[in-house]
Amino acid sequence: MSSVRDRLRATLSRAPGGGTAVASGVGEVPRRLYADSGPADRLFRGGLRAGGAAVLAIMSLVGGFLLYRAWQALRSAGASFLTTAAWEPDTGNFGIAAVLTGTVLIASVAVCIAVPLAIGTALYIVEYAPPRIRRTLVSLVDLMAAVPSVVYGLWGLFFLQGKVIGLARWLSTYFGWLPPFKVDGADPRDPLATETVYTASTFIAGIVVAMMVAPIICSVVREVFSQTPVGEREGAYALGATRWGMVRSVVLPFGKGGMIGGTMLGLGRALGETIGVYLVISPVFVIQPHILQSGTSSVSSLIALRYGEASKFGMSALMAAGLALFLMTLVVNFVASSIVARSRSGATSDS
Amino acid sequence: MNGDTGRMPHLTKDAGATPGPDAASHLEASAHPQRASRLGAVTANESATVPVTRAGADPQPMRPTTTVVVPRIAQAQAHAQSATARRATSTVRATDAYAVVGAGVASLSTTALLFTQLTGFSGGLGFVVVGYVLFLAFYALLVSFDEDGPAVRDRIVSVGVHSMAALMLTALVFVVVYTLWEGRTALPHLNFFTQDMAKAGPLDPLTVGGIRHAVLGTLVQIGLALLITVPTGLVCAVFLNEVPGRYGRFVRTIVEAMTALPSIVAGLFVFATVILAIGVDKSGLAASLAISVMMLPIVIRAADVVIRLVPGTLREASYALGAPRWRAVWHVVLPTARSGLTTAVILGTARGVGETSPVLLTAGFTAVTNLDPGSGPMVSLPLATFEFVKSPEHTMIVRGFGTAATLMALVLLLFIVARVVGGRGPGHVTRRGRRRRALASAEDLRRIESRPRPAAAGRPTEESTRSTP
Repeated sequence: MSSVRDRLRATLSRAPGGGTAVASGVGEVPRRLYADSGPADRLFRGGLRAGGAAVLAIMSLVGGFLLYRAWQALRSAGASFLTTAAWEPDTGNFGIAAVLTGTVLIASVAVCIAVPLAIGTALYIVEYAPPRIRRTLVSLVDLMAAVPSVVYGLWGLFFLQGKVIGLARWLSTYFGWLPPFKVDGADPRDPLATETVYTASTFIAGIVVAMMVAPIICSVVREVFSQTPVGEREGAYALGATRWGMVRSVVLPFGKGGMIGGTMLGLGRALGETIGVYLVISPVFVIQPHILQSGTSSVSSLIALRYGEASKFGMSALMAAGLALFLMTLVVNFVASSIVARSRSGATSDS
Repeated sequence: MNGDTGRMPHLTKDAGATPGPDAASHLEASAHPQRASRLGAVTANESATVPVTRAGADPQPMRPTTTVVVPRIAQAQAHAQSATARRATSTVRATDAYAVVGAGVASLSTTALLFTQLTGFSGGLGFVVVGYVLFLAFYALLVSFDEDGPAVRDRIVSVGVHSMAALMLTALVFVVVYTLWEGRTALPHLNFFTQDMAKAGPLDPLTVGGIRHAVLGTLVQIGLALLITVPTGLVCAVFLNEVPGRYGRFVRTIVEAMTALPSIVAGLFVFATVILAIGVDKSGLAASLAISVMMLPIVIRAADVVIRLVPGTLREASYALGAPRWRAVWHVVLPTARSGLTTAVILGTARGVGETSPVLLTAGFTAVTNLDPGSGPMVSLPLATFEFVKSPEHTMIVRGFGTAATLMALVLLLFIVARVVGGRGPGHVTRRGRRRRALASAEDLRRIESRPRPAAAGRPTEESTRSTP
């Protein structure tokens, strides 16, 4: 790049004078290209830099403070912080094994449900929908991404909870031999069995979170799909492809990076979701691998649950849990945005 | 010079072909025509001894050596390309409709037969699922009578995509409509908006008490948060675009990292610093600080994307007229991006208004109206919803739904405003705006011509940069 730039510079400096300025001698140092247009401009630059510095300061304050306050708890707990399931910071017996498992399970259920829906919807908007309603649909999906999470939480708590029990019972009856679908204490042959073993489960929380992240994934994927080159599309058609043949051989390969990146962005959001999960689940502090069984927990709902009664050390422990969650979403988001940026479409992931 | 032309086709064409997909970028298969042409513009920019704007910050740098395009071909292709809006290629025939209707009727009747007569199946969800699977089977059968294998697969996938989209969009619309519907019993009472909960207990009917405190609290908190985030966010976004270099890239990375910050952790941070360490009470101020920490990265990133889309040619034009950088930013970049920036801020506001978790930790809860953010707890709409629905009393839950419906309406309003204000590309001028600019331009011309001849040269005036597009 730089060599091209140098040559270009030489060319351009030669061009207007008609060959007079060919002073590119042997020991020429590249000049610094900088137009200084007075003190007002320098002040302006200074102001901008100060703004950047302020944001940097705020952001590093958040990260640094989290790390600093979490350090106390992390040092006293050591490696058992990752392996302990209970959360009793004041007796020194605490760890994030249970809450982290719950968080990851809820997010995985959410992503498993949201991704097919989101990709299907994105394909529909880009490829199948009549052009007249396309903009409306895009606005609708964007609006859904802005719906407050407490609204989804209300829906999950008062509507979904009751409706999904039948599905949960059916799944556990016929697929109970798979470990994730097993439900302890449920007897499918007993007609009078209580249904409460199926409520407030990872599964329901996952559906609620899926509703929240599906619009986000959908808008990233749609953005990428819509950038597929027209020439390649019509080339596929010209070779006799059906619409699905075109989608499979042009749109999906082109949008692969966007699909992966969008999924991971959704995963990052799902990991950090608080209120929707907090309203639905009933918190337990044991590792709960059965997604249909009542009782689960997540890092963010742990914080929302315990911040009020926390002692100074308990606060530090909560900070450590928050830090672990933040690190997880951070890694997921960075991987996502680098995948999206490296893909052929290079769409920006702004959500 | 010739070799250079071969490698850098962008320079031979006009570097400022803003929106239309230009041939070089298309051959590069880069899907951002604007970005591609901007990059060409920036390269030209550098060599014209204007400070480098943002060559390093772009995530997808051009590789000029890969395209070897003779300029004439490039122009021809650009001409051909300019006509490529996507063409509608689908055709619907009568037999397709017959197949859909026939398969629908067949699957409905077969499922009904299965559920009522032949087996012991029951349940609404099961009915839908079995009916859907049967529909797919019948449809494939019907289509296969007069199409070949790939076409049958195409139809099946088409049905699948349509049903996915229908399922998701219905589910999403249903969530919103459900909230508004459940809130219908609370909303008609006028006192719901004019009173607070100070005199209303959990057992009081809906004719007593309301959410005035939450509405006002939300407005105060989001107003304070906007006071913090809008100036800081815009300055930072302009900084990211105007001052390139390692420092700028570092700030961009940090901002990107902070978009990953879970909102509850933002709340926890403010709770631990402002409330526990500094000793401020739980108050509106603390809540708006927490909202700010959460909103700031969102606003910065959205504004950054919008400012990046401002065509480089506009900027260059103002530099060429001799404008210093601050004038170029103030009179060209920001006005061009105004619509997009407004959208960015409004959508950030919509996100901030709806966030419950940072407020939950920092605002405290009260039943009385509190307009002073400095002292005492202050409730906002999402927090009030959350606290209402935790109560076992039916009227309180109804109040919760009413509050959620109000919040939803507020978000909807913000969103519609954002669509009306924004939704236009950078530099896109409405018809009224174009007329206004034409008038201003004619006025300028009259003024310039009426001026005595030896005018002060050199200093560009505000008018000369304003009428660029």
